Amino acid sequence: MKKQNTPKKTFGQRLNQEGVAGYILVLPFIFGFLAFTAIPMAMSLGFSFTEYNILETPEFIGFENYIDMFQDPKFVNTFLVTIRYVIFSVPLRLLMALMIAMLLVKSTKLSGFYRAVFYLPSIIGSSVAVAVLWKKMFESNGVINGLLGLVGLPDDTAWLGGEKTAMFTLIVLAVWQFGSSMLIFLAGLKQIPVSLYEAATVDGANGVKKFFKITLPLLTPTIFFNLINQLISGFMAFTQSYVITQGKPRESTLFYSVYLYQNSFTYGKLGYGCAMAWFMTIFVGLLTLLIFKTQNKWVYYES
Amino acid sequence: MKSYKTKKIVVNTVYHIFTFVLALVMIYPVVWMVMSSFKETEDVIRTATDLIPDHFTLENYVTGWKGFAGIGFGTFFKNSFIIAGVGTIGAVLSSAVVAYGFARCNFKGKGFWFSCMLLSMMLPFQIIMIPQYILFNNLGWVGTFLPLIVPAFFGGAFFIFLNIQFIKGIPMDLDEAAKIDGCSIYGIFVRIILPLIKPSLVTSAIFSFMWKWDDFLASLIYLTNPLTYPVSYALKMFSDPSSGSDWGAIFAMATLSLLPIFFIFLTMQKYLVEGIASTGMKG
Repeated sequence: MKKQNTPKKTFGQRLNQEGVAGYILVLPFIFGFLAFTAIPMAMSLGFSFTEYNILETPEFIGFENYIDMFQDPKFVNTFLVTIRYVIFSVPLRLLMALMIAMLLVKSTKLSGFYRAVFYLPSIIGSSVAVAVLWKKMFESNGVINGLLGLVGLPDDTAWLGGEKTAMFTLIVLAVWQFGSSMLIFLAGLKQIPVSLYEAATVDGANGVKKFFKITLPLLTPTIFFNLINQLISGFMAFTQSYVITQGKPRESTLFYSVYLYQNSFTYGKLGYGCAMAWFMTIFVGLLTLLIFKTQNKWVYYES
Repeated sequence: MKSYKTKKIVVNTVYHIFTFVLALVMIYPVVWMVMSSFKETEDVIRTATDLIPDHFTLENYVTGWKGFAGIGFGTFFKNSFIIAGVGTIGAVLSSAVVAYGFARCNFKGKGFWFSCMLLSMMLPFQIIMIPQYILFNNLGWVGTFLPLIVPAFFGGAFFIFLNIQFIKGIPMDLDEAAKIDGCSIYGIFVRIILPLIKPSLVTSAIFSFMWKWDDFLASLIYLTNPLTYPVSYALKMFSDPSSGSDWGAIFAMATLSLLPIFFIFLTMQKYLVEGIASTGMKG
């Protein structure tokens, strides 16, 4: 604009140009992204084609790590275990979140209290403290069996001793942390115009019909968003398996990320660890893409 | 009319009984742990189904505080506060600056870097875990707090995103007016934007602190000396059968470790709820 009377800009004026200032402001992110994300990712891809422990120089072995993975029964097992965990815990958690959100959408004097109580577990749930607590609760002589005994149910289940029950214990912990999804659903529910429900009432629709014809379709963007978030974090779950079950019994609860950690930092197979990390990232990435592709089949966006 | 009113009271009562019982079930594990921490240690299992301790005692807190291997929990708490505190300061400040750049300035390649930021929100830590370890190992940082703290100073994608949303809600007129008064782009940030985005700064700080406080995997990888362990790692070691299994003491320390989170939760719930509702962050 003032080009003609400022042929030469001072250093200060240059710094104050939008194009320059923008870069300066965003620089911390650019540096951090390159140093701690982009370059490490590229390195990790490179290492995944090598045999590498921290002491020796990496030796290029082509696709061997990737081929070895599928011949490693422990790898196949941890992959399936993690998928099983995700398949049960993610939908159950979302279902729970949606049901409680529907319950709490009604505003009463106790709404704030209810919301706080249902939300709390998701804030503390991934901590070691809760993992330790969970382990103790589900021990054979723990409080869960004690309470079951009090109401006359079988009280001698070795929760952490059986393959199915140990997995169940971890899934219960995951479902227990539905709070943040619930808040997102609650925000979504509050945006649905009341007029839609009123119109439906006039037309003689009952509650069930209103739910399936109004609530559910209008919530699909929120469900979609929650689903993707929860899938990613589900596949990356670590603390639960590492602290509560240590993968036991017989590696039936050994999560992928725990095995990845063990390979890299216990057995020192860094090349193999990188290959595992890339395999999981690509798998989750493709899964996310697949869900994105299906979204026009079931996600309803208001035009 | 009367029957309608009665019906409403019945429905309300049923609603509250149902929701209240459900809430109790949800909160029971936490209450049970806190109550158990005040029981005599041999009673934790013996009277597991009783919520109220027979004999109320603080002894578990005294024994637990002594920690293990000669290192008290005082040290572990100090470590956690340093890691979470310094990391949070770094994350909040850098994210605010970066968000301002994204929200208010047009520069070449903005779209590209913005996509990189969105991408890094979705990326799992595992994919960069090993090369990051190698990097920090070469820098000689393994065994110190630096790998846990330094990356936070380059902006956290979630916090940048949250701040961008907030800054975009501030009318551009304010920027324009300041500009006419001779304020530079940086001056506008310090004088106009920063004071106005306090809510999103607070929300970022809360989440950053809680995530850093709970973080376990990174300390497992980078910290080698028990003197540098944060509470989360120490608690894992403390509860391992090799360090003894004084469950009263373990629950006492677990309760203490959750205390900062409880405190934030009770005082800052408004910010937490808004943060989650507006960005969909996980809690």
